[in-house]
Parts: sequence; C-alpha cells; structure tokens
Amino acid sequence: MSVTDAPFSVDKPRSPQRPAARRSNFELYSWLFMRLSGLLLVFLVLGHLLIMLFLDDGVQRINFAFVAGRWASPFWQFWDLTMLWLAGLHGGNGLRTVINDYARKDQTRFWLKMLLYVSMIVTIAVGTFVLFTFDPNIGN
Amino acid sequence: MSAPTTEKPGTDDSRNDPAAPPPAPEGSVVVTVKIRRYNPEGDADEPYWESFDVPALPTDRVLNLLHHVKWYLDGTLAFRRSCAHGICGSDAMRINGINRLACKVLIKDLLAGGGKHTTISIEPIKGLPVEKDLIVDMEPFFEAYRAVKPYLVTTGNEPTRERLQSSADRARFDDTTKCILCAACTTSCPVFWTEGSYFGPAAIVNAHRFIFDSRDEGAEERLDILNDNEGVWRCRTTFNCTDACPRGIQVTQAIQEVKRALLFRRV
Repeated sequence: MSVTDAPFSVDKPRSPQRPAARRSNFELYSWLFMRLSGLLLVFLVLGHLLIMLFLDDGVQRINFAFVAGRWASPFWQFWDLTMLWLAGLHGGNGLRTVINDYARKDQTRFWLKMLLYVSMIVTIAVGTFVLFTFDPNIGN
Repeated sequence: MSAPTTEKPGTDDSRNDPAAPPPAPEGSVVVTVKIRRYNPEGDADEPYWESFDVPALPTDRVLNLLHHVKWYLDGTLAFRRSCAHGICGSDAMRINGINRLACKVLIKDLLAGGGKHTTISIEPIKGLPVEKDLIVDMEPFFEAYRAVKPYLVTTGNEPTRERLQSSADRARFDDTTKCILCAACTTSCPVFWTEGSYFGPAAIVNAHRFIFDSRDEGAEERLDILNDNEGVWRCRTTFNCTDACPRGIQVTQAIQEVKRALLFRRV
C-alpha cells in the first residue's frame, strides 16, 4: 500500500511572502495628521458655518460684497486657506484609506488613487489660487 | 445485555449498531444546525447551506452538535477540533455570525426563548480560503504571525542563569501571553476581510507580547515591521477582535499600545 501517491501539496510553507518593512513613517504621520487636523477642522468648520449661516442675517446677507469684505482681512484669508488645505488633505487621506481597504485589485487601487490625488491637487490648487489672487474689483 | 429478539433475524437492534445515533438524552430539545458547507471535489463548486436536526442538552456545547452530525448523520462533514476544551484553538468558527470557539459556546446561550425552535448557523471563519466545509487554509494567518518574529530576540552572551524579570515587568504583557492562535480575532476584522495583507490582530497581539517584554531586545525591529503600510495603522478600532477573543484578551487595547509605542518613540 502506497501512501505517497497523492502529491505533497504543502509548498515551502515557511517561504517569506511579505516584503521587508520599508522603515517609512508615512503611515504613522498620516494617522497622526488625521487626528490633529480633525480636531482643528471641528473648530474651523463650525466657526465658518456659524459666521456664514447664523450670525446677523445668516445666509440671507451672503453675496459677492460680503465675501470680498471678509477676504479683505488677512485673518479670514488665513482661516479659509487653512480650512481648505486641512479639509482637502484630511478628506483625501480618508478616501485613500478607504481605497486601500476596499479596492480588491492592484490596478483598481492604483487608478482610484490617481483619480483621488489629481482631484485633490486640482481642488486645493484652484482654491489657493483664488484666495491669493482674489480681486474685489473684478466686476468693475 | 439481553439478546436480540429472534423475530427479526439479521436486523440489528439500533443500540447495537455503532452508526445509529444514541437515544436522545432526557431534557434535550431538537435544534436545527445550519452549516455552511463546501466540497471542492463535489459537483456543486459553490458553498451551500445544509441543515441538520440534532437533539441538544442546554449544557451541550456547539462542538457536541457538530460531533453528532459527523458521527451519526453525515460523516463527510469536515471541521477542525483537537482538545475540545478551549486551549488548542482549532475550532474557531462563525457561530450565529460571531467568531467563537465551538467548544466554548453552550447551547443554553443560543436557545430561542419562549419555546420557539432554535436554529444555529455555523460558518467557517471569514477572510481565509475555505478548503472544505468549516476548514480554512490558515497559512496566510500564520505567515503574518511569523513575520512579527514571535520569539525572544537577544544579543550578547547567554546568561548562565535564567533571565530574571520583576513581576511588574511580567505584568506589562501578561494579557497578550494568553493567545492560543485560533484566528478568531483576525478573521473578525473587517480590514482583514477586504485586505488579506493586513497583519491582523493576532499577529499584533503576539508582537505586543515580545515588544513589551523587558527581557527581549527585538522591540525596535518589530515596531518597524508594524509601522509598515500593512501594520497597526490600518486598525480602525472597531473592537471586533476584542469581542471575538475566546481568551478575553483586550486585543484592541494591545494594538493601541503598539501605536502609542510607535508614536512616542519616533515622533
């Protein structure tokens, strides 16, 4: 009676399959960034919503002049710039995590991330451009 | 034992037939055991559900029901079990949708109240390739386990006496020494389900056991490994692992402690 007829199917069970650690702190910093930017954004976004929607006449008084008036002050320019960058990076990093977790194929993951990065760069770049080059007399 | 009656020559009394189920014990109720089955060599290549009606005592464990099915109803049912006392970690499975050891779940905790009929669903643990019925290929799980170097790493000459440790130092990693590598935590983790390259809670727990051991000198190396893309930063703190652990290890807390060690040693 032979017991060796069946092929021995356990192929090198101890062969390393995992690439060596990359010694990069990127994931650590992005994890930390999510927590810190989240805290800041709570303050920035709630403040923004309060000013835009509730104070004085709330949403009724918002027009071109109101926005131009706020952006005349470097303080509000800085507020909006910080909010734009933090929200863009925080949301983008969150989506990157979701794509990492849920994309099954390497190809899908790669292209979804490319789409995400391009849209992040475009949004943040256009927003920053407008904030720095805003001309209150554009209509005249 | 009395001889069989001579009225039916050739037919065995059911009590003498080893394949016949034993009489249902007093106080038992019939429950339906719904098992997720898969036979790679069968006609149907897809997993399917199969139900068995099994007499169960409230003090029985789910493993007893599986034994009843395998021994008396369908011998082709495949599942792992070894010690049957919650130590070997062989029989982790999804019982009513939650990862548990079949040998530690009592039927009385699963019985439907109000005299209603009880159905218990049993599936293989998720996220690992199913080989047959409730048996999964554990190799990806053990590959992640080996990758964190779960052994004592030291430098220099070996001491001539044992490596001494204070009880406070021993208590630091006491919780994570309890792991029996049953994979209940790792296969309850939603990140592991969708992305099998994540180390998973069990590997991190076993890294924690050595990272916080005062006698070990490989902590930096292990922290580097867990700082990787597939390491602790993928944890979403859903606490599924802590809930699943049959040994009561605070798995999520162990993962958070590794995160904290990474954060404050390196930032």
